[in-house]
Amino acid sequence: MTQRERNWLLVAPAGAWFLVMLVLPLSVVFIFSFGERGAAGGYVPAFTFEQYANLPARLTAFKNTMILAPLGTLAAMLIAYPLAYQLAVRTDPKWKNILLVLVIVPFWTSILIRSYAWIFLLGGRGIPALLGTFGIEGVRLIYTPFAVLIGIVYGYLPLMVFPIYVALDRLDNRLLEASSDLGARPLATFFKVTLPLSIPGVATGCMLVFILLMGEFLIPALLGGGKVFFVGNALVDLFLQSRNWAFGSAVAFTLIVIMLVTVTIYMRLIARLQTGRDDVSVM
Amino acid sequence: MRAYAICVYLFLYTPIAIIAVFSFNAGRHASQLQGFSMQWYGRALKNPFVMEALETSLIVALISATLASILGTLAAVGLQGIRGPARAIFDAIIYVAVMIPGIVIGIATLIALVTVFGVLNPWLAAIWPEGATPPALSMGMGSLIAAHTMFTMALVIIIVRARLGTLEQALGEASADLYATPFGTFRQVTLPLIAPAVLAGFLLSFTFSFDDFIIAFFVAGSETTLPIYVFSSIRRGVTPEINAIGTMVMLASLILLIAAQLILRRGDRK
Repeated sequence: MTQRERNWLLVAPAGAWFLVMLVLPLSVVFIFSFGERGAAGGYVPAFTFEQYANLPARLTAFKNTMILAPLGTLAAMLIAYPLAYQLAVRTDPKWKNILLVLVIVPFWTSILIRSYAWIFLLGGRGIPALLGTFGIEGVRLIYTPFAVLIGIVYGYLPLMVFPIYVALDRLDNRLLEASSDLGARPLATFFKVTLPLSIPGVATGCMLVFILLMGEFLIPALLGGGKVFFVGNALVDLFLQSRNWAFGSAVAFTLIVIMLVTVTIYMRLIARLQTGRDDVSVM
Repeated sequence: MRAYAICVYLFLYTPIAIIAVFSFNAGRHASQLQGFSMQWYGRALKNPFVMEALETSLIVALISATLASILGTLAAVGLQGIRGPARAIFDAIIYVAVMIPGIVIGIATLIALVTVFGVLNPWLAAIWPEGATPPALSMGMGSLIAAHTMFTMALVIIIVRARLGTLEQALGEASADLYATPFGTFRQVTLPLIAPAVLAGFLLSFTFSFDDFIIAFFVAGSETTLPIYVFSSIRRGVTPEINAIGTMVMLASLILLIAAQLILRRGDRK
């Protein structure tokens, strides 16, 4: 057996697994999206664009997702950046690792249970009751867009902190010293040196969070109470309740396309921003 | 700045702490503390639905993490020597596996497998010997293990490959020069060096599979995993029993994560 054959033999089982459990299913979604709904649900083979023409029927779900996903990403970024900065630049190296791990740990524990915690906190006997004791009555938090937003930020904050931290941690301290030696004030140094150099980390974090949010189901299901729903919730409804596989496939495929297009545009923008900065630094 | 960091940590940990505190609530109401009690832990552990769901979750997580670690490690090692378009396609597939939302993976797997089973079952019945009941393929533990293995295998490949990338090629060459067979080199040189990454991959895969709700929701058929049980309980109302289950699950994840961290760290030091 040659080295080449051996390599292929090692890769083959994983390759076959991906083929059956990823490539085949995604192809099926693509094919089904051009089909029709059977009389009793399910799928009937056909070639029609009817399902795609029908997409506006689920416009609210797309609209909610396209508003709350970027908003949630932005909020998470604004909260994460100062924390990442504090950890990477201002923290004693002895404590850095443990503090970073403490940020990431929640991300690897059940998102279901962490979202459940907010049902608890935002529900009638949680924060609203607490506000009531201060004389602020009638505040309703659970099952509002705000509740979904909190759930999103809470769920995905760790994922945002990590890449920003990595970018800031790699920052060459000599650059900061050079900037201050040349008479820049701390704030100017931050905006002209630190911030631009941490943009790749910010971009990675935003992209990771945004991608996960596009397919979110649990947080809107638990904290939006059927009033604030995402494309993910529409998909669950289409596949498990109304059993409309053809239309559901069209929705799923549209979601993937929107995701890919947004991410590609975003990466291009970031790349352009980067090259622009390089030109400046050459001067 | 430090005060800000403390606030963020409070934001991250207060909800978790509150769940844990209320799991010891003596009262039935989930949101009023009425004294300390362990009764909800007792009830959760005696609830046959909880125990059955826990068993399913553990079996699925154990099998899929084991499969993913073995197949993922083999693939990561094999991929080292593969270049060209085949490598690009494989990399793209791994990228797609981790990028596609879990909900889409769940849905796609569901409709693909149901369709394939719809074709295979009559065929199986036709070739099965007379008299014996032919097996009917359906969604269940098998399909759930297959779906979890697919996703976690991608994770293992990424983690192990990162570790392989840091190894010196010279080690493998030296081993070959000393007349070690390729398998001997793998077993005695490569494997000990990547073992921490493989183990960390296993633990992360296990945690992912154990905590996953959305893929299981679609592909588990009539099986109930622990997250599915918790989700449907939350739908029926908030009880301290859910808090007790949640606290135990988070504690277990925490222990596994710390183990994964320590193993990876020790591997780096060698």
